[in-house]
Amino acid sequence: MDFTLSEEQALFRDSVERTVADLFPFARRQAAVATEEGYREDDWRRLAGLGCMAAPFPEACGGLGGGPEELMLIAERFGRHLANLPFLASVVLGGHAVLFGGTEAQREAILPGVADGSVKLALAHGERRARFDLAPVSTVARAEDGGYVVSGRKDVVLYGRAADRLVVSARLPDGRDGGGGTGLLLVPGDAEGVGRSSYATHDGGRACNVLLDDVRVGTDALLGAGGDALDVLERVIDHGIAFLCADAAGSMWRVYETTLEYLKTRSQFGRTLGSFQALQHRMVDVYTSCELARSMVFEATLNLGADAATRSRAASAAKAAIGEAARGVCEEGVQLHGGVGMTMDVPVGHHLKRAMVMNATFGDARHHLARYARLGRAA
Amino acid sequence: MDIGYDDDLERFRAHVGSVIRDILPDDLRDKVRREHAGLTPSDMRRWTRILHDRGGWSVPGWPAEHGGPGWSYERQYVFERELALNEAPPLNVFSAGMVGPALIEFGARDQKRRFLPGLANGDILLCQGYSEPNAGSDLASLQCRADRDGDDYVVNGVKMWTSDAPHADWMFGLFRTDSSGKKQHGITLLLIDMASPGLTMAPIRTFEGGDELNQTYFDDVRVPAANRIGEEHKGWGIGKYILGMERFGSAEVGRSMGMMRRLKRIAAAEPAAGGRLIDDPHFALELARAEIALREVELTERRMLFGPGGPDAMGFEASLLKVRGTEVQQKIMGLMVEALGSCGAIDAGDMRPGGDNAEPLGPDAAAHAGRVFYNLRKSTIWGGSTEVQKNIIAKAVLGL
Ligand SMILES: Cc1cc2nc3c(=O)[nH]c(=O)nc-3n(C[C@H](O)[C@H](O)[C@H](O)COP(=O)(O)OP(=O)(O)OC[C@H]3O[C@@H](n4cnc5c(N)ncnc54)[C@H](O)[C@@H]3O)c2cc1C
Repeated sequence: MDFTLSEEQALFRDSVERTVADLFPFARRQAAVATEEGYREDDWRRLAGLGCMAAPFPEACGGLGGGPEELMLIAERFGRHLANLPFLASVVLGGHAVLFGGTEAQREAILPGVADGSVKLALAHGERRARFDLAPVSTVARAEDGGYVVSGRKDVVLYGRAADRLVVSARLPDGRDGGGGTGLLLVPGDAEGVGRSSYATHDGGRACNVLLDDVRVGTDALLGAGGDALDVLERVIDHGIAFLCADAAGSMWRVYETTLEYLKTRSQFGRTLGSFQALQHRMVDVYTSCELARSMVFEATLNLGADAATRSRAASAAKAAIGEAARGVCEEGVQLHGGVGMTMDVPVGHHLKRAMVMNATFGDARHHLARYARLGRAA
Repeated sequence: MDIGYDDDLERFRAHVGSVIRDILPDDLRDKVRREHAGLTPSDMRRWTRILHDRGGWSVPGWPAEHGGPGWSYERQYVFERELALNEAPPLNVFSAGMVGPALIEFGARDQKRRFLPGLANGDILLCQGYSEPNAGSDLASLQCRADRDGDDYVVNGVKMWTSDAPHADWMFGLFRTDSSGKKQHGITLLLIDMASPGLTMAPIRTFEGGDELNQTYFDDVRVPAANRIGEEHKGWGIGKYILGMERFGSAEVGRSMGMMRRLKRIAAAEPAAGGRLIDDPHFALELARAEIALREVELTERRMLFGPGGPDAMGFEASLLKVRGTEVQQKIMGLMVEALGSCGAIDAGDMRPGGDNAEPLGPDAAAHAGRVFYNLRKSTIWGGSTEVQKNIIAKAVLGL
């Protein structure tokens, strides 16, 4: 057992913390959220300069050779400071789809740009009709003229409009490379027939619905050698889940700290709020939730390299537990701040919004409890 | 025993229900269906006027001599429930349920004549000036001063969290007129014209983007002593009387019942696992749990209101209705957001389309559910927070 960071990782975490804290003081963060794309390209480049985007990729692809642990360290800092960036979308989802699903040539062609931040990807997979299930995909790729013609609609694609290239899941035509199944195709964001209507998410992030109207791409757009990419998708999204869990845990700790501070300074009835035993116990519960969440972040992160069943079960356990805990902690944070907690200029409500969006992304607690139970029957 | 309506009450229910459906403007019903999103103070003015013109229905609890219909408690209860179930806006609580009754009980004859008609027909909108930066849960520690000067009071200080202040014509507020004794003593209830010189307001945005909150500043604001309700220094009792009425209404059982119906409609339309969300056993159990929790509050409210002694016998145990009622309401709103799946993340209220497809972004409810969910976090904070209500129950009911 080893719960300590390596010296290198600790240094990395500290420098990420310094930079993220510097880039996202609350007022500056709110100003960034109000811009067209919801983040500043300069901030993105600062973090790229620090090696954040390169951290999880192999050196052969322009990366720094890290992995899930580095992603966890980054996510916790993002959650703590409510940082909004297309990082999950591009590096974790898009980048790992290429990493796990692409051929060696595709990885080496695409990932260096992702790793240095000059290229952004997004994963266009979710469709409303499927709710949170990964398998049903109704977007289709027809074979035509030595390429594919892609049609369909994808919902709530995180930072889809900021992306240079979309990784689109689609049903493949029968008869090629063993045929059928779900494939992942790289589609340029500005390809003819791609419609992207961007909107804000409650946490101040951006997403879009992607309309694919007979979009033509070459055969080389298909990631990997063909065949079913569902396993890849599942693995990629488990990485996304671990990232979201770490982000939520970082956010929870921040809510805990600021609420604790508030209870120590705000007085009513001639005493600090923190002196009321009813509230002390509530804060102990909040603190306990934070500690448990930290453990479950490890559960999700450190099982990402395990076999598929173990990995997915750990991811679902963490998503269900942290999803509920993050919402609960943030609701407590708002409540214990009283009227102040309801205001735009105080971060605690924004942490609650982040927790709600986290729950709406890749499946809520109910979905993951069911997935966990299903995977457990086989175990 | 009978937990339902008897024949007479059922006939009354059917009658008022059909009238409400007749007089309710479509645009107001649509806003209520959007969980009150976009329902403005001027909508409330209009709705109050419509109900008023129907025979004083805007003030169902007032006696006939003051323009009310003179209904029994049971009929008032049934009427308010019918408003919610027919997706009509609620009554204006400040006017109909709080200040009106206080004026009828404690007001001078001249005050009744000046204010009651306007409160009943919507010409006068009120805002509540109780809370201050340092007087929230501990309301009695309020500091905003009203010093007597001839026939006037001169008011100086700050009120915090004043909902809808810029739309209000008058504020009913508690002010410090004496700080020599116990803090509950020396508080006076005044009605203040919002157009008074020296009164200014600054908006405070709520975190979901709403604009209902304000801070109100008083700089030598002159208020005629004739606008005082009750005796000088004795406003605390009346203020608490008014707050007690607020606590009762704020269980909002009717509104939650309307929400529950709409939640079921959404769950029946949302896709899940090749079928409908409402058929998903996990979601269905959660719906059932919320529905039962709401029924518990509904029946407990009925039992407390119409048990032996009637509503007048109801004491501090009513606090539990506010605690549980708001909890259930928040739960239902949370389920509405969850029902939307990944579209629950969309903040359509702040949408920037700027893209090139004009299709709706997601299910209709995505346009309001999230914002209303966030906004309703307030319901366990205002009107006496959940914690304060529990303190009241512990002390006044349990004797701890
Ligand atoms: C949206 C909104 C609208 C409002 N509109 C109005 C309005 O129109 N007019 C008006 O006058 N006021 C209004 N209020 C103010 C509201 O009544 C106060 O917010 C409320 O009384 C709580 O006070 P506070 O915000 O100062 O919180 P605090 O009193 O500082 O309380 C902070 C937290 O500590 C808890 N707490 C406090 N004391 C104790 C204790 N002894 N034991 C255990 N827990 C305790 C509280 O429950 C709360 O969770 C509004 C508030 C909101 C959020």
